[in-house]
Amino acid sequence: MNTKYRITLKRRLLLGALASFLFVEVTAQNNDQDYGQIHGNVSVTMQQYNEDTLINAAVPDPGTAMNAFTNLLYTRGNFRAGIRYESYLNRLEGYPQEFSGTGLGYRFASFTNEELDITVGNFYDQFGNGLILRSYQEPTLGIDNAMDGIKVKVKAYKGVYIKGLYGKMRVGFDGGLINSDGIVRGLDGEVSLNELFDKKLEASKHRINLGGSFVSKFQRDEDPDLVLPENVGSWAYRLNYNVGGYSFNAEYAEKINDPSFDNGYIYKPGKALLINTAYSTKGFGIVLDYKYNDNMSYRVNRDAKLTNALIGFLPALTRPHTYNLAATLYPYAVQLNGEVAYQGNISYQFKRGSKIGGKYGMTLSLNYSVAWGLDSTINHNSSNPRYGYEANFLVPGEERYFQDFNVQLERKFNKNLKVSLMYLNFIYNNDINQGARDNNGTEVHGNIHANIYIADVKYKIDRKNSINAQLQVLTTGKVDDHGTEKLEHQGHWATAILEYTRSPHWFVAILDQYNFANPENIYRIHYLLGSVGYINGGNRLTVSYGKQRAGLFCVGGVCRTVPASNGVTVTLSSTF
Amino acid sequence: MKKLAALLLFVGMTAVSFAQDGKKLPSVQIKDVQGKTISTADLNNDGKPMVINFWATWCGPCKTELNTINDVYVDWVDETGVKIVAISIDDTRSASRVQPYVNTKGWEYEIYIDSNKEFFQAMGGVTPPLSLLIDGEGNIVYTHNGYSPGDEDELYEEILKLVE
Repeated sequence: MNTKYRITLKRRLLLGALASFLFVEVTAQNNDQDYGQIHGNVSVTMQQYNEDTLINAAVPDPGTAMNAFTNLLYTRGNFRAGIRYESYLNRLEGYPQEFSGTGLGYRFASFTNEELDITVGNFYDQFGNGLILRSYQEPTLGIDNAMDGIKVKVKAYKGVYIKGLYGKMRVGFDGGLINSDGIVRGLDGEVSLNELFDKKLEASKHRINLGGSFVSKFQRDEDPDLVLPENVGSWAYRLNYNVGGYSFNAEYAEKINDPSFDNGYIYKPGKALLINTAYSTKGFGIVLDYKYNDNMSYRVNRDAKLTNALIGFLPALTRPHTYNLAATLYPYAVQLNGEVAYQGNISYQFKRGSKIGGKYGMTLSLNYSVAWGLDSTINHNSSNPRYGYEANFLVPGEERYFQDFNVQLERKFNKNLKVSLMYLNFIYNNDINQGARDNNGTEVHGNIHANIYIADVKYKIDRKNSINAQLQVLTTGKVDDHGTEKLEHQGHWATAILEYTRSPHWFVAILDQYNFANPENIYRIHYLLGSVGYINGGNRLTVSYGKQRAGLFCVGGVCRTVPASNGVTVTLSSTF
Repeated sequence: MKKLAALLLFVGMTAVSFAQDGKKLPSVQIKDVQGKTISTADLNNDGKPMVINFWATWCGPCKTELNTINDVYVDWVDETGVKIVAISIDDTRSASRVQPYVNTKGWEYEIYIDSNKEFFQAMGGVTPPLSLLIDGEGNIVYTHNGYSPGDEDELYEEILKLVE
């Protein structure tokens, strides 16, 4: 069972405490003395649901839903403290089920000076690239694995940075923070050779950073059948090297055996390697990435699923797309159990004044990424029958999980007109990415081949008024051996977006997503959505009405499934 | 809960009770594009205005905003001495693309990477782009979330107010 910190509101006390904050703020404004600053944000998303059987949109009880959170952060000199109040009344449809109720979900205090940084309570942090530890929050997706305990960062010597942390990890929220049963402990060290040997290397063009980390999680073994490791250790080493426009960044991680729901409770250890290299100079850049992951799913709760209770972070090596159809229909989801991925990215700026570049220059970017399964064989060793499998280190297997090739041209024609054209080609292995189903639960097997064509025109009417028009078309399918083209999944889609903005306060947008060549006629539906927004400094209010397709909603390579909906959405966010 | 309220009270009181000159930006560790760790409390522009802009390589409006400002940045610096600090919140997935993107576009800004969004969140960020205009004393005098063409004019007017 999880430990639950129920918030039994001692309202008066809390209000008193908040008032002391406000007092600080007020006096800060009326006095020359520094009483510190309060910052924070408020974010509210409310949705009203209508029934729409055609798109499979259901009406939850009580017909509306709201996700909201408020962060209050206080900084004064070396001292910081903060709280977050969260509400899921009820949570938005499609948001992870670990979120419900209303209460405090985060609180911390920290003290920092030149050498030392101590945080008690909740905190986020990342070791190196995050392979064995990344605690972070992505509220739009419902990811929050905040630590709860103590963190100490020390600048031990010039160029030597050490951090240690010890605590529980957030695994849910039900009127208050729900922490894991398990405990996470970690130590990370990083050395900047240039700062350490500053006499010799200060002026050097070669910049080298070395790092290493160790993380251990503890979770009780309550399994009646299996003998499970209660302490699971993992460690990682990293190197970061820069010279001129060249950079090389690598991290290698290992983990002892860690039977879990993800890996089918096998006893094989895990390993991962991540390499990023890049070269760039004015007007040109190239990036090459490689990732190997074998059984590196690492969670504070071995039985957890989806995005819950993850300690480590395995990045997707694909370009994060933002255009509607490219981002939501067939986005790649990282395979925690194992994959081998490559990515290359080239960008080139045609010079201003050149024939191709025109007066303002033109940017070309090319991107290719591919992810494969592991080259593995099932283990038949009878002395350790639950070892699982053997995998060839660094070598990709035969099953392709995902492939993305895309090319984009951006050109500014004159002071007011900017055009961007993009083509993308996806091969999406639905068996792997979505478990051979789609968002409506329909069975979809094998690869989906998609081509996407995008034209994006931005036109500035005058200093304040501008228009953005986008047309996107996605076609699926492949020509078979007989030369006939066969539609795949839901066939072809088109999206048109027209947006008018009046700086700095207003925008109006209309979006139509149209499944114009669905194999079944009745599903050739327009998903029409209109939005109006008002912005004032750090405040944004948006009201939308219309239909939204069931699909994947992704931020930074992590996705969640969002059910279809029909209704009004109001979002308010404020940064202060 | 009691404990928490007590903690908050304590925070409030400590804040009032001991005065000290402090840097006003919270101290969070971020990295420059060569991997060097710096403290955000040290970000400054020698008493002149500074804009902290949070962006990401996957954020279209962010790139539009910084590309637009880049075209006039030299003039802004000449006229007001302003410095723009562009802090990417790209995580491990896309952080390696930051420097190549900046170079391809020829940005003249000071660039840092806040790959776990700790500084972004400490400054109250929810979604990028987020621009914060900081005066010579370290106070945030203007905040703008999101970008529409023309917003840069409003930002510049706010910068001008600081130097007049």
